[in-house]
Amino acid sequence: MSLLEFQNVFFNNDGKSILKNISVSIGQGDFISIVGPSGSGKSTFLKLCSHLISPTNGNIIFKGKNFTDYSPTELRKSIAYCFQTPYLFGDTVMENINFPFSIRNVKTDQKRVNDLFSMFHMASDYLDKDVRNLSGGEKQRIALIRSLLFLPEILLLDEITSALDVDNTKIVENVIDSLNKEGTTVLWITHNPEQSRKYANKVLAIEAGEIKSLEVLK
Amino acid sequence: MNGMNNISITSLLISSSLVLVTLSFSYWQKLKLEKEVIIGVLRAVVQLVAVGYVLEYVFGFKNPVFTTLLLLFMIFNAAYNAAKRGKAVKKGLMISFLSITVGTIVTLAILVLSKTIQYEPYQIIPVSGMIIGNAMVALGLCYKQIASDFKNKREEVETKLSLGADILPSSIEIIRDSIKTGMLPTIDSAKTLGIVSLPGMMTGLILAGSSPMEAIKYQIMVTFMLLSTTSISSFIACYLSYRSFFNNRKQLIYMK
Repeated sequence: MSLLEFQNVFFNNDGKSILKNISVSIGQGDFISIVGPSGSGKSTFLKLCSHLISPTNGNIIFKGKNFTDYSPTELRKSIAYCFQTPYLFGDTVMENINFPFSIRNVKTDQKRVNDLFSMFHMASDYLDKDVRNLSGGEKQRIALIRSLLFLPEILLLDEITSALDVDNTKIVENVIDSLNKEGTTVLWITHNPEQSRKYANKVLAIEAGEIKSLEVLK
Repeated sequence: MNGMNNISITSLLISSSLVLVTLSFSYWQKLKLEKEVIIGVLRAVVQLVAVGYVLEYVFGFKNPVFTTLLLLFMIFNAAYNAAKRGKAVKKGLMISFLSITVGTIVTLAILVLSKTIQYEPYQIIPVSGMIIGNAMVALGLCYKQIASDFKNKREEVETKLSLGADILPSSIEIIRDSIKTGMLPTIDSAKTLGIVSLPGMMTGLILAGSSPMEAIKYQIMVTFMLLSTTSISSFIACYLSYRSFFNNRKQLIYMK
């Protein structure tokens, strides 16, 4: 049984067709790179996966049940989405780290926070830093930590390394790869041809709102 | 009131020469505002004469049911105007009506129970006019702010939603920002009372012959009641209207 399945999904916005007849099955533990030209509908595909938008037509099935049968908040807690441009809210890194705990009404798990900071090669004193003073790479890593505090079943990544330097990219790639090896399903939009094939077991190519190919690598 | 000045019709006619000053400026400086000024002045005179007659009649009609109905009519009109500012808010009229009604009832109840005013038309109507009008302006500002924030802070809201947050924690900063926007003009005006301006009510009382010490008591009461109604109405309206910006799948609705 697939973990996530798109069944003849269409998405229109403002009378414009963005995605057409998308049918694809994503298995537990898959690492799928999503490639395609800008404006082809890749980000819309991820937004549909995270239930930030709903299909105009067609169904999205998660663990055998239609998305509409789940509570939207529960669904989004299982499927984490990291945006291309990370958005850190509030004033400090701490507010961002505490948020996933506060919406679940649990106390911040300091050990989990420290573990993730060290995985991303960051010192825990970042917690008190002002989010406005962080570099793009630091913001992206904090945004990833925020999404990983409660390990999701599916991790959606929208060009998260496009603005990062080589060192930061390497750190992020290693963390994502090890999470996938531990069982997290990853869907990663990337424009980097080398990156798209290095870790993924499948490459999904989207062009003009349609699936062009689904190549199985491993 | 001691020393109350009665303004004669002749005095009023002489004071109307002040309008000529405005008209002369407009003509001299080619502002092309002459027509606007004449219409504005005529409307002010006609509306005030009409409201004068209506109030004479209403104040004589000492029936609490009638006073209440008149209050509801005033609230409905204010809610209708506030809702026009919040076209993005679903059920804007209902939300505005409820918010202003609760704000007005709580404020009036405290004023009446503390015997600051009596539930008589000549006291309730002018006082309510002030608080309802103020609440109407506050709600208009709240709606404008909330719609603009949901449009401009889409990233923040969607980031929070994507982390699994419900729509309230995802919108809380926007709600707070909008409540603040509704309340700030009233707070700012309270801060500068007596320093920047002598407000209308106080000026009116002093002109009518009240002692300044008597007039400030009324003004302090007005300040308190405006703050209370504005905060209650803004709070209720923002907490009821933020849901309009989401669909039933807790997704932020696209706004052009």
